[in-house]
Amino acid sequence: MTEQARASETGRETGTFTVKRGLADMLRGGVIMDVVTSDEAKVAEDAGAVAVMALERVPADIRRDGGVARMSDPAMIEGIQAAVTIPVMAKARIGHFAEAQVLQALAVDYIDESEVLTPADEAHHIDKWAFEVPFVCGATNLGEALRRISEGAAMIRSKGEAGTGNIVEAVRHLRSIRGDIKKITQADSAELYGWAKALGAPIGLVQEIAETGELPVPLFCAGGIATPADASLVLQLGAEAVFVGSGIFKSEDPSRRARAIVEATTHFTDAALVAKVSTGLGEAMRGEEIGALTERLAERGW
Amino acid sequence: MTVGVLALQGDFAKHLDAFAELGVEAVAVRRPVELDALCGLVLPGGESTTLSLLLDSSGLTEPLAEHLRAGLAVFGTCAGLVLLAEEILDGRPDQRAFGVLGVTVRRNGYGRQLASFETELDAAALDASLSGDPGGPLPAVFIRAPRIETVGPGVEVLARLVGPGGEDGDVVAVREKNILAAAFHPELTADRRMHRLFLEMAGE
Repeated sequence: MTEQARASETGRETGTFTVKRGLADMLRGGVIMDVVTSDEAKVAEDAGAVAVMALERVPADIRRDGGVARMSDPAMIEGIQAAVTIPVMAKARIGHFAEAQVLQALAVDYIDESEVLTPADEAHHIDKWAFEVPFVCGATNLGEALRRISEGAAMIRSKGEAGTGNIVEAVRHLRSIRGDIKKITQADSAELYGWAKALGAPIGLVQEIAETGELPVPLFCAGGIATPADASLVLQLGAEAVFVGSGIFKSEDPSRRARAIVEATTHFTDAALVAKVSTGLGEAMRGEEIGALTERLAERGW
Repeated sequence: MTVGVLALQGDFAKHLDAFAELGVEAVAVRRPVELDALCGLVLPGGESTTLSLLLDSSGLTEPLAEHLRAGLAVFGTCAGLVLLAEEILDGRPDQRAFGVLGVTVRRNGYGRQLASFETELDAAALDASLSGDPGGPLPAVFIRAPRIETVGPGVEVLARLVGPGGEDGDVVAVREKNILAAAFHPELTADRRMHRLFLEMAGE
């Protein structure tokens, strides 16, 4: 694996994996919110978001509108960068390394190689080692997570089913990832080769999981979080932070709901507190039954 | 008495791991009542705007300010340094800080994530404050780090960046009375000198 790190004459190395993963560590226990305008970004920051994801349409609207979903207009990303002091992330299409190059040139803090946008390559994800900016990628299972890590992702998130306000798919993905990690810690050294083959993942990463009992990078949850209790649920299932896409700005009172999800994420084991912040929040986003969907975004990527 | 790590948001788990490596069982702190049993508290890295909001909503701001005045040993890293500083530049106007450490810091003073870096520090002053043999240069990871721009009287400088010609660079670790702070993340490297110094300050 080659790493696109850069050493300057001052003895400072930028773009190392430690530095990429380090920012993911700083976001733990936090809420990353999708925003489409500078005003929404400010609402998110005021509510305690640890970062914002700048995009042109939230997943619920992408789903409704159809067509090809692409990287956002740089002007819109720069506007959001100017509006807030917290990290700003942006999405590139799966395999679209030129969009990622543009996002790196804009100095976004994290790139999400995202199934929410229309994939640009049917066989290859972006070689993320070739970049100095860190990447987060979605995964539905452990094999997918480890393939993305082997390509250089410094953070993994569940895919869930974006734009539905329905948590069921994210729960499936988290349980699958965490469940297989548990099983791998019980496997003997010979069985690890079978796991690597079954998962389609590098043996080195499987051996590392057997030893540490965790993914080599932070595991966050995305896809379908709409309430404070949803955040509490996925954190109790082992997610270390949450992405909320359509769930905030498609609800009746985004500011209050955002704040409530932030507090529930911090105090996720305190049911009395989750009850308190859930009270009188107004309508959540309407949401969609998974069986009624014509397209499953989580099936994009491989 | 135990050492606590503020666990509202950020990389608190990395600090808990660092103390475990040193054979110290540290506890995660999320509620005011949990402050009372502590001999020391870490304010970890994370987002300082989020942390100040959560300190307020969790009812921790006032009790923690009281403990700080009473001399509780506190160790702030990155965002934790911002929360302790007397003056914050480029922060949010409503951003809360305890104002107990005589330094001025600039939030994200080294730039965005692309400018985050690893390096080795001149830590001679840190070694002089610690018992045992000197450990040489201190590996340090800076993530969207705050920059310490001025250091007041009474603030002891523990580590600095090294300039291109080997000259003294920015101050990046300081101590003032019961307060220890670093612009970088000692919890993300294997070198435990900063945590050891903090445990000595906390009387562990």
